[in-house]
Amino acid sequence: MHVRVLASREPRKEGRGREGELTPDEPLLEVRDVSLRFGGVRALSNVSFAVRKGEVFSIIGPNGAGKTSMLNCISGRYRPSEGDILYKGASLMRRSINDRARLGIGRTFQNLALFGHMSVLDNILVGRHHMMKNNVVTGMAYWVGGARREELKERRRVEEIIDFLEIAHVRGEPAGTLSYGLRKRVELARAMAIEPDLILLDEPMAGMNLEEKEDMARYIIALSEEFGMTTMMIEHDMGVVMDLSDRVIVLDFGRRIAGGTPAEVLADEHVKKAYLGEEDEVLDALAAAEMEGA
Amino acid sequence: MAHVPNPRPAGDFRTSYAADTALFRTRLEGRLTLLLVLAALSVPLWGSNYLLSQMILIGIYAIAALGLNVLTGMTGQISLGHGAFFGFGAFASAYFSSKGIPVLIAMPLAGLLTTAVGMIFGIPAARLKGLYLAIATLASQFILQDFFARAAWFTGGSYGSLAETASLFGLMINNDARYFYLVLFWVVVSFLMVSNLARTRDGRALVAVRDHYLSAEMMGINLTRYRIMSFGISSFFAGIAGALYGHYLGFVSAEGFTILLSIEFLAMIIIGGLGSVSGSLLGAAFILLLPQVMEVFAGTLAGIFPSIAQGSAYIKQMSVGAAIILFLVLEPEGLIHRWRLMRASWKLFPFSH
Ligand SMILES: Nc1ncnc2c1ncn2[C@@H]1O[C@H](COP(=O)(O)OP(=O)(O)OP(=O)(O)O)[C@@H](O)[C@H]1O
Ligand SMILES: [Mg+2]
Repeated sequence: MHVRVLASREPRKEGRGREGELTPDEPLLEVRDVSLRFGGVRALSNVSFAVRKGEVFSIIGPNGAGKTSMLNCISGRYRPSEGDILYKGASLMRRSINDRARLGIGRTFQNLALFGHMSVLDNILVGRHHMMKNNVVTGMAYWVGGARREELKERRRVEEIIDFLEIAHVRGEPAGTLSYGLRKRVELARAMAIEPDLILLDEPMAGMNLEEKEDMARYIIALSEEFGMTTMMIEHDMGVVMDLSDRVIVLDFGRRIAGGTPAEVLADEHVKKAYLGEEDEVLDALAAAEMEGA
Repeated sequence: MAHVPNPRPAGDFRTSYAADTALFRTRLEGRLTLLLVLAALSVPLWGSNYLLSQMILIGIYAIAALGLNVLTGMTGQISLGHGAFFGFGAFASAYFSSKGIPVLIAMPLAGLLTTAVGMIFGIPAARLKGLYLAIATLASQFILQDFFARAAWFTGGSYGSLAETASLFGLMINNDARYFYLVLFWVVVSFLMVSNLARTRDGRALVAVRDHYLSAEMMGINLTRYRIMSFGISSFFAGIAGALYGHYLGFVSAEGFTILLSIEFLAMIIIGGLGSVSGSLLGAAFILLLPQVMEVFAGTLAGIFPSIAQGSAYIKQMSVGAAIILFLVLEPEGLIHRWRLMRASWKLFPFSH
């Protein structure tokens, strides 16, 4: 089933926001010395890291550490006070938010951000917006001018994503009426519909039960392994992070306190200290993940 | 908003994606609409002049309400100036036709010019939301009213302007029966246009902007562009409707295009159902017919209690206001929602209790 979806993925066309080809060891995304201030609050202080093409890259850290702020800087919601963010070798700082989809950056949100009154199908179709051509005039003419053909073509694509994420049974429901877990899944579907090169996931498993988490983990693995996306993820569930990630960085009070492979990060003294103030749950998870790794 | 659980009857499975994108939710809805249009076609053959004139006005208001529904229902932007755009369309078409342009061409031209004007007045929407946008659109209402009064070259100033009679291949559209067909044509075309918009890229973008503008932007939707575009679309239909209105009366004067008309348009879409295409028609019919029903009612009442005879005019006025409040409180999703609920219970008919 997965392969079928993969097979229909069109190669990204040249000129569609591609800023020159990457050399094999050039990072897809490079964050350089980014700082972000809200009045007196330093949400981020001189954070640097690089995300390689095809990897699953995670940001962890206690509540309020600045993880979402980092994602918001990349997606353009916040503007760093200092530093630069390079995507495919070119600065993202001057690009508007609505350029992101065309550049190949998609994201999901920590607090659900679906179009509540639209059907699941339509929500996901919005992800195709940037690659569709029909407009208000040809859309109104529908039968003449190609809108119908294009809509049906894109719908077929969206159905593949729907099948892959196993949400066919709710495809006609208004997104706002779905359960939390399903809505998270629809958000992932919508972000996947963008066909991004870089997909940003803000706590994709928050509020899910074990079964839902397992499903979500499968999907996240597929993002890179089958769809060729690069995944950047924020997640509190340590087990998930350590299992899925190729590399991890740890933020605490807006600073990067550690980074590396999951094993390296777990062994890091700073990390343990940063989490000491947290609930036992997190510490237990850390310990459990360490045991597994050992 | 509550939602009607899967309003499709059992057994009405959609077998292809094409069926999924169909114009109507159900085959029944499609057939009913077709039947309604066919029935409407026959009205000039048997209907009284009174009925015809009422249906013409309902059609005209329905087109304008439909436009407002794109702006307010689909995009979530309120406008208190829709009546002024309606008026602008009426003046524009009268103006074009006075310059020798055939009326049937002047009408869509008026629609396009109103689109442009609407987009200019829609520019504040790029930055303003909610109450602030409402005030900005109120300003456009008054600016346009002022323009109607001053731009005598365009509107005839305080005298108003004459609107030519439409003609098609030498056939004068000079009676209600013929004009009815002209209005019906525009009603059908307008409703098809908006229904198609709703199932294609830009229509979805408008709804996305309404439901969650932050994530809409992340999907590549340019908020400013769509917010202004929505004003353009709604003004187009206001302009067309205004043009039809002007040429129907044969005379256009500014008095009719006040804030009261704007509020009536809002009432139509609230009562009909925000964001509902067919609700726009129901709402227009309701707002147009309600005062007349109330007049009859007040007349009867005055027959029984002569002392309230003087107040009967107010009963008419008040009924519209009362209807809006009642709908907001009791049926915020409008008449169209009531209809769907009714249909849902018919479907289950023998087992619904
Ligand atoms: N728009 C904003 N205005 C003011 N302060 C903000 C804003 N956004 C974030 N902050 C502050 O920046 C800091 C980092 O917040 P952020 O949401 O990035 O944390 P987080 O790591 O995502 O936390 P969580 O795990 O709870 O989601 C917090 O102190 C927060 O209060
Ligand atoms: Mg966060």
